[in-house]
Amino acid sequence: MKVRILVSLKDSVLDPQGQTVKNALRTLGYGSIKDVRQGKVFEIELEGISEKEAEKIIPEISDKVLANPIIEKFSWQILEKG
Amino acid sequence: MAKLKFGVVIFPGSNCDYDTYYALQDVCKQETTFLWHKEHDLKNVDCVVLPGGFSYGDYLRSGSIAAFSPLMQEVKEFALKGGLVLGICNGFQVLLELGLLPGAMLRNKNLKFLCQFVHIRVENDKTPFSHRAKRGQILKIPIAHFDGNYFAPPEIIQEIKNNSQIVFRYSDAEGQINEEANVNGSSESIAGLINKAGNVMGMMPHPERASEVLLGSEDGRVIFESIITKLN
Repeated sequence: MKVRILVSLKDSVLDPQGQTVKNALRTLGYGSIKDVRQGKVFEIELEGISEKEAEKIIPEISDKVLANPIIEKFSWQILEKG
Repeated sequence: MAKLKFGVVIFPGSNCDYDTYYALQDVCKQETTFLWHKEHDLKNVDCVVLPGGFSYGDYLRSGSIAAFSPLMQEVKEFALKGGLVLGICNGFQVLLELGLLPGAMLRNKNLKFLCQFVHIRVENDKTPFSHRAKRGQILKIPIAHFDGNYFAPPEIIQEIKNNSQIVFRYSDAEGQINEEANVNGSSESIAGLINKAGNVMGMMPHPERASEVLLGSEDGRVIFESIITKLN
């Protein structure tokens, strides 16, 4: 089973890297870019567990390790089943 | 005065471990030992120091992987029993990731690695790490970090302020707190923070790099001397 987990700063936390990317894009003439938030992507392969068990483990590891819940949020999706 | 035993923790990627050892052992004349992160033995030290550096290459988040080191379980128990723990720079980041101190670090506001002398103002001189200084005193101590922009949600900031947990704030040379002096953009200009119980402190500036006149300042020594006199 392959899972993709997306970690990014909470909306209430200033993201200076995202701001810098936004400014660069606007400098290049992409005036329609309103905002940019930068984050991290984890692609994780799991084996020997059911989808139900994965649904329990993924939020657990995201909360404990992959994201710092004080400043970051996470979302995830299953890319490949089985 | 009886000699104390300090323990300096080494993680892969620590790079201020020997400087900290030198400041404690040679400058302050205290028995100092290194503690390897993979061990489970604190060797009966009186105070644990988590030094600066780039533990685990700052992978994932600064200090995050180090917080899962075997030895950190012992450090956590030591801290919960009232043992003195000082985290310097990366050590501060580890303490935040470990949950021994509230909040988290964000990238510096200008996205630059900052390596320079700064001034910090003593806000709380009642802690074991600052009682030899005076409230309002200005210390000149260098910083060297990428992620030192302290952040905590408003309710936590309020709690920190209510409990006088801010030990040091970035200021100018005259002790004024302003945006310009707050080089990394920290909430409330926080440069040093203590836990509610008053035995675990994290600070971004490096007192070990300001422990002798030859280094440009010896203002950092007051932190080590506070610990030494507190424990004696």
